[in-house]
Amino acid sequence: MDNMNLTLKIWRQKDQSSKGQMVDYKVTDISEHMSFLEMMDVLNEQLVNSGEEPVAFDHDCREGICGMCSLYINGEAHGPDRGITTCQLHMRMFNDGDTITIEPWRAAAFPVIKDLVVDRMAFERIQQAGGYISVNTSGNTQDANSLPISKIAADEAMDAAACIGCGACVASCKNSSAMLFVGAKVSQYALLPQGQVEATERVKNMVAQMDLEGFGNCTNTGACEVECPKGISLDNIARMNREFMKANVKG
Amino acid sequence: MSGFLNSSIGRKVAMALSAFFLMFFLLQHFAINILSVFSPELFNEVSHFMGTNPLIQFALQPVLIFGVVFHFVMGFVLEIRNRKANGVKYAQNNGAANSTWMSRNMIWSGVAILAFIILHFIDFWFPEINTKFVNGDWSGTMEGVEGYRYYEELVHKFASPIRVGAYVIAFVFLALHLLHGFTSAFQSMGGTAGRKKTLQTIGKAYSIIIPLGFIFIALYHFFNH
Ligand code: HEM
Ligand code: SF4
Ligand code: FES
Repeated sequence: MDNMNLTLKIWRQKDQSSKGQMVDYKVTDISEHMSFLEMMDVLNEQLVNSGEEPVAFDHDCREGICGMCSLYINGEAHGPDRGITTCQLHMRMFNDGDTITIEPWRAAAFPVIKDLVVDRMAFERIQQAGGYISVNTSGNTQDANSLPISKIAADEAMDAAACIGCGACVASCKNSSAMLFVGAKVSQYALLPQGQVEATERVKNMVAQMDLEGFGNCTNTGACEVECPKGISLDNIARMNREFMKANVKG
Repeated sequence: MSGFLNSSIGRKVAMALSAFFLMFFLLQHFAINILSVFSPELFNEVSHFMGTNPLIQFALQPVLIFGVVFHFVMGFVLEIRNRKANGVKYAQNNGAANSTWMSRNMIWSGVAILAFIILHFIDFWFPEINTKFVNGDWSGTMEGVEGYRYYEELVHKFASPIRVGAYVIAFVFLALHLLHGFTSAFQSMGGTAGRKKTLQTIGKAYSIIIPLGFIFIALYHFFNH
């Protein structure tokens, strides 16, 4: 395939308090082997060379593990492909002459800081509210096999722990609900014996923080599960709901 | 408990509980209405029992009204909160890529059902209350009609093409509401069964057969008139 010429419609916003707008750009000679972020690099190089402000976007590992890259591309979190982050999205998913719309994650709890960069500290605060276990790590670590864990529970906990906190679930949700993220974080511990000690407080505190941050209520549309780069299952939301009810019965 | 209902998950659980109750009621309502097609006498007997039994009139009916009101008020509360949480709208949003139309438009199918319920109250419930509580007539009979009056009233209502049309449209919206709602309610209650094949099939069957049945009843009386 020949290289592509593309029109980009990108959200530009100077800072958190400024009003933003969509701005059109042209990029030429984009290889289908480039990742989406490399295409953005090409655009930014072009902008810098012509003395314009480059487009700010989040990224770090560029191999799908850190969760930093975001971008709402053509109406979907991380673009049209499945099970990937934006850094793993290839330009071969697009065609020569395409117009690509690129927007930041939209949610009241994820305010735009600049251009395509949003503040995802709300996730951090939810984690701090209970997404941990309190164990002594001062050298006397016990043998991992001393606690028997079923293979099923271990696998499901591992699946839940695959969440990279990217926020695509919130961005895709018509209610800006964070329940897939919080469900994964609650489940990861709820499934393991180490998580039982603080289970009641954990789910209550994390859900309270989630509500406080202004995330919406899940209506089970399932958009999050489809767009999640790590295949986090809706079952985790059901598990969180069970844990939450259990915690409230216990008081 | 008030703390529970003030949490996002608590509201969802309450929503699902009210929805389960409504779905059960709908089944019961259908079972009685379909009698009008097979046996006007039996329909009259059961209607008279439902309309005059003190347990149903003074205990279950208030629970039902509370359930309906709770469900749509909570539906609006959740919708308003979710819109606020949503913030700035996307310039381009491809919802169809990851979710069903039904799941994204529960509030609109709900509003259509609410409009229907208001019409339904004006059609049947207010006249009943008027007859029984204002006029004090608990006999279940009316002048010029042999036996009980319920079947006669029902047939009379479904003579109007506009009313029948409105009923048909409303039940299409009810089907759309249930096609997402039925399995969604299980998920809200913390169950994963709603995501398994069996309940999805039962949910689809319920969501299509029951509203279609109500449509059938309305059309049957319309054309049979
Ligand atoms: C009176 C007008 C109604 C309105 C305004 C309304 C509105 C809503 C809304 C907005 C939701 C989504 C809420 C959420 O998932 O957070 C919902 C869910 C639901 N509704 Fe309704 N509804 C109405 C009547 C009904 C009726 C008559 C039935 C059944 C016979 C019904 C069954 C359901 C079910 C099963 C759910 C799913 C519950 C869940 O996801 O937990 N609704 N309704
Ligand atoms: S659940 Fe999936 S979409 Fe949501 S933050 Fe975790 S990895 Fe990202
Ligand atoms: S940059 Fe780390 S996941 Fe994309």
